[in-house]
Amino acid sequence: MPWASPPSSRLCCGDGSSDDVANSIFSALAAGTDHCVKLKKVLIYLAIACCNGTGDVMLKRGMDDLGPIHLNHWAHIFSAFVDPWVIFGIACLAGFFYAYLTALSWADLTFVLPATAFGYVVTACLSRFFLHEAISPWRWAGVILITCGVGLVARGPSLTVREEPRGQTPEFAQQPELEEQHELV
Amino acid sequence: MNSFKLWIAIATLVLASSSGDVLLSAAMKRIGDLDELRVRKGLLAVVARVTREKLFLFGLLSLIFSFFCLLTALSWGDASLVAPASASLTFICSALLAKFVLHENVDHRRWISAALVCVGVLLLVK
Repeated sequence: MPWASPPSSRLCCGDGSSDDVANSIFSALAAGTDHCVKLKKVLIYLAIACCNGTGDVMLKRGMDDLGPIHLNHWAHIFSAFVDPWVIFGIACLAGFFYAYLTALSWADLTFVLPATAFGYVVTACLSRFFLHEAISPWRWAGVILITCGVGLVARGPSLTVREEPRGQTPEFAQQPELEEQHELV
Repeated sequence: MNSFKLWIAIATLVLASSSGDVLLSAAMKRIGDLDELRVRKGLLAVVARVTREKLFLFGLLSLIFSFFCLLTALSWGDASLVAPASASLTFICSALLAKFVLHENVDHRRWISAALVCVGVLLLVK
């Protein structure tokens, strides 16, 4: 994958040496780098899952304070933005959004979206124990099934590989240093 | 009637959210790896580059609209129903759009996953 190595590994391996020792060092560095990348990927996934679910529940808590919104008084919805729960919910969702954008820059939409599914578990647990909503066994089964379904996707390839015209590659990816990384990986 | 209104709000939310997801995905693919860009040029450069991308702005508008739909739906129904139902339906709708608009490789694994999500949603409303 093009994003498999952070800049540090490229700097270490930029001398172009081809002997066995250098190759061994590169392999070790690449292995360490893979672990870092995997850790980063997991952290991004956790951020997507936790922030999304928590944000939704906080919004619900805030909207409970506000009461039902009627279509003929739709402007009433703007008063939600002064509610602390809604503000906290928006902060959580902002964190989710950053993590989501970062993941989207690495991988397919259909690979990234399932990460949000782990938020269902967070939402269900918080709804039950924080909002004290009644959740039937059917709903729990639905949550589990959805989570299993989307968990399947996460085991597949993350990015659809396709040939792109030179002019459509990301602007900073056209720099020589990054091209070297693609060759090495 | 209240249930009908709730599902209309959820359907609107799903359409707006899926369109937003697809637009954001297209925008991020055009920009490239955000972490690489952040390491090279800093967080402000990332913000500047992302906000210059028109596809991102259209996607953001679509997601803002879906957010208001979410607030409305949450005021009409339980969070444990609205949040998973809307998000999972968004997942299916986005998978379809990713296949036919973004031309992503949506393989059998991803379609099975979409089917499981559909059944899960049916269980959610029981």
